[in-house]
Amino acid sequence: MTTKKRRVGSWSMATVVAYLVTIVVISLVAWVGDWEAIGRNFFNLKVARVMLPEVLTVAARNTIFYTIASFFFGFILALVLALMRLSTFLPARGLALGYIELFRGLPALVTLILFVYAIPIAFDFRLGFPGNAIAGLSVVAGAYMAETIRGGIEAVPRGQMEAARSLGMSRWRTMFTIILPQAFRIMIPPLTNEIVLLIKDTSLFYIAGSTPMTRELVKFARDFLQGQRNATPITVIAIVYLIITLPLTYLVRRLEARMARGR
Amino acid sequence: MTTPAIQIIDLHKYFGSLEVLKGIDFKVDRGEVVCVVGPSGSGKSTLLRCINLLEEPTSGQVLIDGIDITDPSVDIDQMRTRIGMVFQQFNLFPHLTVLRNLTIAQEKVLKRSREEAEKVAMEMLERVGVADKAREYPIRCSGGQQQRVAIARSLCMGPEMMLFDEPTSALDPELVGEVLDVMRSLARDGMTMMVVTHEMGFARDVADRVVFMDDGVVVEEGPPQEVLVAPRSERARRFLRMVEEK
Repeated sequence: MTTKKRRVGSWSMATVVAYLVTIVVISLVAWVGDWEAIGRNFFNLKVARVMLPEVLTVAARNTIFYTIASFFFGFILALVLALMRLSTFLPARGLALGYIELFRGLPALVTLILFVYAIPIAFDFRLGFPGNAIAGLSVVAGAYMAETIRGGIEAVPRGQMEAARSLGMSRWRTMFTIILPQAFRIMIPPLTNEIVLLIKDTSLFYIAGSTPMTRELVKFARDFLQGQRNATPITVIAIVYLIITLPLTYLVRRLEARMARGR
Repeated sequence: MTTPAIQIIDLHKYFGSLEVLKGIDFKVDRGEVVCVVGPSGSGKSTLLRCINLLEEPTSGQVLIDGIDITDPSVDIDQMRTRIGMVFQQFNLFPHLTVLRNLTIAQEKVLKRSREEAEKVAMEMLERVGVADKAREYPIRCSGGQQQRVAIARSLCMGPEMMLFDEPTSALDPELVGEVLDVMRSLARDGMTMMVVTHEMGFARDVADRVVFMDDGVVVEEGPPQEVLVAPRSERARRFLRMVEEK
């Protein structure tokens, strides 16, 4: 490298400019912004207090419950799809691939509308709320997690399958006793990530006609938004979401770092 | 005439359009130790892997104790319990302890009880000299120990013959000896063995017969003194010169 960068002390010119721009922008916002209005509309403690304790005991609890349910059914579906993808039977592979591409290609909202409105009318598949919505989200989650699981299985060295097979174990038995236990270890970080995505996707349930006791966070906030004519409910649930998602995201990073070291 | 332990008849194997085995015929008698040598890419490992059907032969027959295992009606899982296999990369199950590595197939395939399986496992670990590692995970063992555990794992199934696919090639030089010693003692006990190897010393001392392969065919076979000391073919002579120079 022959180009010399201009430096101010030990900082490069670019860094100095970046800091200056940031300072100017922050000061402008602080000067122009109507802090009184922002505080009243977004950080209104009186409104926030009305939401307690239901925002936690009902809305957050429902969000978490819907996430766990969708993850559970999605995971079972994904496991079946991943095994189909790796099967030696061509139609099974084709079917699984078609499913995965279809539901990864569609917006989750479209699939959800399909399961909450279209399918109940067409086939009389009525689980009510939250059953239909959970079914829809599980179908989406299954498509995404299938690829994660397949990746995990394929990351287990081929020799493991060969060693078990040469001891006389069948393909399926090897898959469940030797390959999958090793694959799951590899899959823990991406699956945790999938949970974070699912937590956020349960917000789509607000289209699905919940009752006061079955509302998840977004529907809950929207009801208060309209009732109180104030934006604070959004701030409150944003904070609740972050309290749930940030530790998980942090956990994923820790796990990934540990696995990187372990290899 | 007794049936040979392994008999291979006109075996061909293609990977896509590449012909890796170009018509192999030979047999291994019971109690015989056969070493397969030859340059890399000559098809030795593929041949070995065809014998327990880890690779599906494209055409030809593989008879184990007179039974054609390429016949789809043969229960291959059952046949594999009679054929031990040891790999270059050991392939121990890293999520299981050494002891569990040795008992899992005994329980699941041979339907032995946990106690019986553990008793057999400890005997075999004793035999290969790593009984003290039974409760450890494979990662805590040296390469030589891991390979000996892998041999013990195969022995637990009570195989009638053992296939070795370059069993010492992944080992540090100072660990090769302990694995070869275990293989020597197996040979002494009369185990039928087919060994793909680059260890010419081992082949010379232990093999009843040496098979030299090159380019998908058996170029030469015979007693080690002939094939490894005074080979008839130019290809075998060239290969041995190359090995000795190393």
